[in-house]
Amino acid sequence: MNPYVSTGSVSTVTSNIAGGDGRRREGGAPLDSLAPATPLSARVITCRLLGFVRPHALSFVASFAAAAASVVLQLAVPLLIGRAIDAMVGAGGVSFEVLAPLVAQLAVLTLAAAAFQWAQGYCVNRLTYRCVRDMRIAASDKISRMPISFIDAHPHGDLISRVVNDVDQIGDGLLQGLSQLFGGIVTIVGTLAFMLSVSVPMAMVVVLATPFSILAAALIARVSNKSFADQQRIQGRLGAHIEEYVGSQRLVSTFGFGPRAQERFDAMNAELYTAGERAQFMGSLSNPGTRFINNLIYAAVAVMGCLCVVTGAPAPLTVGGVQVFLSYANQYTKPFNEITSVVTQVQTAYASARRLFALLDAVEETPDAPNARPLHDVRGEVDFDHVGFRYTPDRPLLHDICIHAAPGARIALVGPTGCGKTTLINLLLRFYDVQQGRIELDGVDVADLARSDVRSRFGMVLQDTWLFEGTVHENIAYGRPDATREQVVAAARKAHADGFIDALPQGYDTVLGEGGGTLSQGQRQLLCIARVLLVDPAILLLDEATSSIDTRTELQVQAAFDELMRGRTSFVVAHRLSTIREADCIVVMRDGGVVERGTHEELLAAGGFYADLYKSQWEEA
Amino acid sequence: MLRLIKRFVGVYRRYFILGPLAKLVEVCFDLVTPLVVASMIDVGVAGRDVDAVLRHGAVLVLMAVVGISATLVCQKMAALASQGMGTDMRRELYAQINRLSCADLDRFGTPSLITRVTNDVNQMQLAIALAVRMLIRWPFLALGSMMAALLIDVQLGVVFLVCTPLIGFVFWLVMAKSVPFFKEMQAKLDRVALVQREALSGARVIRAFSRERDERVRFDGAATEQSTVAIAVGKLSSVLNPVTFLVMNLGVCAILWSGGMVVDTGRLTQGEVVAFVNYMTQTLLAIVYVANLVVVFTRASASASRINEVLDCEPALACAADAGWDMDQALVSGAPALSFHGVAFRYPSASANAVEDITFQLPMGGTLGIIGGTGSGKSTLGALMARLYDASAGSVDVFGADVRDWPLERLRASVGVVPQAVQLVSGTVASNLRWRDANASDAELWRALEVAQAAEFVRACPAGLETPVEAGGKNFSGGQRQRLTIARALVGDPWLLVLDDASSALDLRTDAALRRALRALARERARAGRPLTTVVVSQRVSAVRDADLVCVMRRGRAVGLGSHEELLRTCEVYREICASQLAGEEVA
Repeated sequence: MNPYVSTGSVSTVTSNIAGGDGRRREGGAPLDSLAPATPLSARVITCRLLGFVRPHALSFVASFAAAAASVVLQLAVPLLIGRAIDAMVGAGGVSFEVLAPLVAQLAVLTLAAAAFQWAQGYCVNRLTYRCVRDMRIAASDKISRMPISFIDAHPHGDLISRVVNDVDQIGDGLLQGLSQLFGGIVTIVGTLAFMLSVSVPMAMVVVLATPFSILAAALIARVSNKSFADQQRIQGRLGAHIEEYVGSQRLVSTFGFGPRAQERFDAMNAELYTAGERAQFMGSLSNPGTRFINNLIYAAVAVMGCLCVVTGAPAPLTVGGVQVFLSYANQYTKPFNEITSVVTQVQTAYASARRLFALLDAVEETPDAPNARPLHDVRGEVDFDHVGFRYTPDRPLLHDICIHAAPGARIALVGPTGCGKTTLINLLLRFYDVQQGRIELDGVDVADLARSDVRSRFGMVLQDTWLFEGTVHENIAYGRPDATREQVVAAARKAHADGFIDALPQGYDTVLGEGGGTLSQGQRQLLCIARVLLVDPAILLLDEATSSIDTRTELQVQAAFDELMRGRTSFVVAHRLSTIREADCIVVMRDGGVVERGTHEELLAAGGFYADLYKSQWEEA
Repeated sequence: MLRLIKRFVGVYRRYFILGPLAKLVEVCFDLVTPLVVASMIDVGVAGRDVDAVLRHGAVLVLMAVVGISATLVCQKMAALASQGMGTDMRRELYAQINRLSCADLDRFGTPSLITRVTNDVNQMQLAIALAVRMLIRWPFLALGSMMAALLIDVQLGVVFLVCTPLIGFVFWLVMAKSVPFFKEMQAKLDRVALVQREALSGARVIRAFSRERDERVRFDGAATEQSTVAIAVGKLSSVLNPVTFLVMNLGVCAILWSGGMVVDTGRLTQGEVVAFVNYMTQTLLAIVYVANLVVVFTRASASASRINEVLDCEPALACAADAGWDMDQALVSGAPALSFHGVAFRYPSASANAVEDITFQLPMGGTLGIIGGTGSGKSTLGALMARLYDASAGSVDVFGADVRDWPLERLRASVGVVPQAVQLVSGTVASNLRWRDANASDAELWRALEVAQAAEFVRACPAGLETPVEAGGKNFSGGQRQRLTIARALVGDPWLLVLDDASSALDLRTDAALRRALRALARERARAGRPLTTVVVSQRVSAVRDADLVCVMRRGRAVGLGSHEELLRTCEVYREICASQLAGEEVA
């Protein structure tokens, strides 16, 4: 267990963006979030978990049957041992006719119990990991059906943790924990039954002691859980401090902040010592505590048993019978301990299950209209018609945007950060849906088209280039997985990427690490351009890098961009003067609205906001 | 592991002795219990002596009470020792991390250091607590039970000598076989996380190309592989319990059979056979626990060596004895603010120099622009000025003295750095701004914010300077965060300001306003006789074109050195950069 991956406290909604389908939220409905207003009840969670178990019902039933069988057989062992001991009263008094079959029975019983025990372990394992796999796939599928707004609004680490850690917790806690719980209960019931079958009054001694065992176990668990929670909390804080400061250690050294950071650390560390020492001590009480109660019961059973043998009251008993009871008394309290420890585990698992189901219950992207119109040849005409959009209800972002792009036109989007340029791209690709007005593609409202249909007409190259763990070839052919090597190479050549690819150790078969590994930003961008060139879209969305990269690649990227834009309608979030000047229309945005539009010369002559911007960046001396 | 424990044992030594001693009391009682019961049966039952039975019962109760008291003492000592030593380890580790140079930090890596302070120390605490509590208990119980059994009857004891090694062997076998599997399982799990992370970071691209289905197939594959390995591990480890049970009870069978024969001859009593069976169970259970202890200690010893590795690390930056050099002397001496002489630097574990043969001088109050592509060595030059690293060759002089002759604290107090990576820590705006100078007044903070173009948005926050900052500064936009880091470097009036790509997140207008404000600040400082020397590291020509001296970096070498105009005439690389960023006529 890693104390720094807290299961409950990860806040799931960041404040700056939150999403959901635009249309559904128009009335100010709550944003979709992973913290549902009414948490699911334990019963609902159990039922839904059983839903995951159902396909593996056979393993499930088998594991419980095997558990019951093995526990019952294990419990019969002391009984046989007791009878065997009764068969050896003293010198010359050993009845081998009785002893031999008993020993044989014991051997068979042992073999059978071991076999069932093994079968149980095997089944639970299979069941657990099959269910874990199914849950992971369900969670991952779900994420892939969620709107982009959801993915933007939730920290990826948190989502991954649900898919990986929480599902693990459920597997450990619920499936394995429940089977332990079941085993424990069968043991207790079985022990009682066996004891009753041997001697009712003696069994009563043990039964009367039971409440003490339960009480002791529960009491210790409660106190120690509380102090463990305290410890966890402080450890979480200390962990956050370490994470933050060691993560910024270079900064800490540069600013000579070390001594002050150490002071804060020491204070928290001292707190952790107090809480940790307490938790450690409390936690270490549960075994000795029950062992103590156990020893008392053991003593009581021994005395009572011997008295029964000697006096025959309240019930006659043999020495073997005493041995049987001693064995049972020894293992009777063990399950109580186990059960209390499993309970905590099960609770953690429920918390994890809650987080998993919160994800599985999140509102999915609205499906495409059933009567979505098919899209045939696209000329590439794009119209923003009085478009309005906001990410959060209280913060309008875009308002009344009207932009017309004739087929093949090059539109440069210019404006300060946060003015809504990137949002336009999000809307065009229907990553988000417009809330007012409409966007038309060749005169058809994109909302009436299937998303995949719309997206297939666009090619996009964003600033944060996405490459995945796979070969260069696979990365370039991402939009057309069936592309031949020749086609891939041709696209790479057009994107001016062939030069550096040829220099890679295995050329097109070089495996790139996660996120592109060692490639420079410019090289990664070239690969993304090649990727788009290969699918040959009608319309382009480009987000130029704000700061230029090393000059040679930079020139290549620019040339590749030019190649890409030839003959296609393109929207460019532009930072480079040359791109801006060659645009057919510069759309100047500010605070979510279009403030000016025209060609470079027209806008300079107008002497407005664009002219200001231009001077501040490129002409200031 | 022993070395680490020795290092921190200090005042906790007594717990290591008293704890196990207390535990020993309980163990002895555990061992004696079967004997007491045996004698209860043989004396009390055989002799029909009720008093004897009750006496024996009282002894059992007394032993239980004394046993638990002794155990409580032991548990307390274990808690004190483990938590105390763990706390000391954490403190020492953290202090060491603060002493380490950037080169060492790079070598360890941040995630690894975090794991060492948290998880590894936790592992050690667990191991120490178990050592105090269990290291005596289980081996002693196992050996003691065996001894006791052998004392009763040597011949019957042979069963022990067969069963015990057998169980040990099974454990060894299963563990040896499953360890590689565990590693594989972790690797597969990492892959599940990786595939999911890629699906999240690439969500836009995946959807733009309608590849959702393929991504799903990819994830299914990763998840299935993981479960396959996990099930294989499960198959192995589910053998352990049944086999232990099997060996134990077959051993009991053997004892019963041969016990019967021995009792028949009169060499042993019935009660002694009962005791024998009980010892058998106790021994084998004890062995299972010993095996668990071995696992915990193995894991802890890996943690211990990771902790030792950090503690043993000699900080790469040797702190000079105070050469007594300070800013007053520097100002009087008229030395240049920065002077690099034949400087080369190679990052640890890198195969080539990051920078090489760098020589230049910058007068007090001057501005140096460093421009070049990614990986050209620009930022490395900045890092050398603040002595985050020591040059591998040549010398770096700051304000007239070699950086190695400056007391580190004083050097860094005179340098304000705006690092490329925008990092804020949780706290408030004010607490973040006071990093360089804990005693800066609010007025000073506002002045810095004004220059950094951050005053406006901070003022707009209702809490002003006391506005909370979340971890990583997440509640501010990228541009706002960057402006706060600039203000942070300005607080405490540094003599040297290093701006490493400090306007990458700023829009063009804010960037221009910032540059104007910095120039005004430099003028004001010059008038006040406290010249501010500025170093601007950037990829933008616009950021460096006004500098007194521009250094053009390419593949670790300074390929051009001079003013903007000079470089346009003489430096091909610089012209190329300009051409890619500015339109032709503005360059000229």
